[in-house]
Amino acid sequence: MRTSTEKLINYIMLSFFAILVLAPFLWIATIAFKTQIDIMMMKIIFKPTLFNFDKLFFSKEATFFRDIFNSLFVGIISTLIILVVCSMASFTMIRTKISNWITAVLFLWVIVFHMLPPITFVGSWFQMANSVGLFNSRIALILAHVTVNLPLGLLIISSFMRDVPTEIQEAAYIDGCSNRQVYLKVMLPLLGPGLFATAVIVFLFSWNDFMVAMNLTAKATQTVPVSIATFSQQYEVRYGEMAAGSLVSLVPALILTFFAQKYIVKGLTAGAVK
Amino acid sequence: MNTKDKSWKILSLIPIIAVLVILTLVPLVNIFYNSFFDIRWDDGKYNYTYIGLENYIELPNNKFYLPGLINTIKLSIFAVFFQMLFGFLIALGISKIKRGKGFFISLFLLPILLPPIVIGSIWRLMYGFDFGIFNYLLSFFGVFPLDWLGSSSLAFTSIVIVDIWHWTPFVVLLLLAGLESLPTDVYEAARVDGTSGWNEIIYITVPLMIPTIIVTMVFRFILSFKVFDEIYLLTQGGPGTSTEVISFSIYETFFESDNMGLGSVMSVVSLFVVSLLIIIVLNVIRRVNKYAN
Repeated sequence: MRTSTEKLINYIMLSFFAILVLAPFLWIATIAFKTQIDIMMMKIIFKPTLFNFDKLFFSKEATFFRDIFNSLFVGIISTLIILVVCSMASFTMIRTKISNWITAVLFLWVIVFHMLPPITFVGSWFQMANSVGLFNSRIALILAHVTVNLPLGLLIISSFMRDVPTEIQEAAYIDGCSNRQVYLKVMLPLLGPGLFATAVIVFLFSWNDFMVAMNLTAKATQTVPVSIATFSQQYEVRYGEMAAGSLVSLVPALILTFFAQKYIVKGLTAGAVK
Repeated sequence: MNTKDKSWKILSLIPIIAVLVILTLVPLVNIFYNSFFDIRWDDGKYNYTYIGLENYIELPNNKFYLPGLINTIKLSIFAVFFQMLFGFLIALGISKIKRGKGFFISLFLLPILLPPIVIGSIWRLMYGFDFGIFNYLLSFFGVFPLDWLGSSSLAFTSIVIVDIWHWTPFVVLLLLAGLESLPTDVYEAARVDGTSGWNEIIYITVPLMIPTIIVTMVFRFILSFKVFDEIYLLTQGGPGTSTEVISFSIYETFFESDNMGLGSVMSVVSLFVVSLLIIIVLNVIRRVNKYAN
């Protein structure tokens, strides 16, 4: 870009796409603050009301606080499990001498599983959960989310693992550290940013999941996306609550994107097959 | 590096292997096994009746599966084409600017990081027949309201538009990473030779980016086969089978119609088709990487 006209055209193009991305969110934000009548009348100028949020959280049949708790609980626990499982496995596969075929098979299977449609597995998870009495339990959903997001976790952590200089690890061995000590005292601290990037992405994907949660939970354990979807299924679509619930469910992503944009970009790029 | 410490190596791999075996391999075996049975839920337990290949024979006659498979492939091709096109333009644009880069990247991250069900809700409201924004805007031009999701000729296009909106940012991210790792000396040499902006893009950037473009494209293509949430909220596969996709057929058959045998056959066939594509994709990626290095 050398001439200022080129620069201008470039900014105009980017702004155009930016508006395309933003407009739908602004639109749903206005809907969330409208009454059902204002929504139907397509009023551009309206008196903002918190009516939808009030109904979403405090009406008699409201479950939204519990839904949020379920989503947070499942998201946080499954993220922690993924961090532990994937960082240990990644360290052993990438940073210790181990038969190549074990690493190759594990990585290949993880990548293939990452690409397969998850619905092909959900049926079996449902049957398995049922047969051990775990249907409609948060444990079943946590295990399913660990499985679904494990590939992303492993790929992201591994790409950060490769960036840790080997000299530090070798120095630790010379000082007499065992693999376990190297993992706990050297690698984990050095992997801090990588673990953070992984945690943010994996948590968001768990928070966002609808399909697995819908099939493995019932009313008491349903997560936020499942709850939002139910607003569209009643006899009369409850647009206001759907919009209000949607708006609330955007909060974690907005906060995390704001504070951790750099890590998310790095993590998402690392998680893609290269 | 240390070669001893065998117990650590085993212990550190047990969890991941346990998860993969119990929650991915066992389910595979399970659906394969299921596919030979008629499974009915009776008296609080499943009754399995062995029926051999009957589920497989019935599959081509199923009203939803094959149209769904064709739609899924069509959706992937159309959506990925436009995602690559817009994605490349946006990535190129972002790579050229200095001010406001972080702002644009954050903004373009949003659609990937937000719940797909919310994306479905938003578009459902926008596509609404009576009070959706699209028909409202069209009314200013004297165009009659369109039934975006309810007419079989338009519904598929509407879904493709949502998918493009949803996943173009992902393409932007991968292409941007590629653009930023391009060697700068080539550009400097071109500048010395007096190459203009457009020629620079067409003769230098695009050829250098081809490996990244191919990898991103095939990767995105495979991942589009997962589409479910938006279909569930927007059209439920309808009208007729015009927006039916494989994930939705499997869900319907397995969970809604409680036909677990047939649902398992659909899963088996889908896994087979997608696995074939994955083999092709991984080969393409390997070759491209080899060529690029």
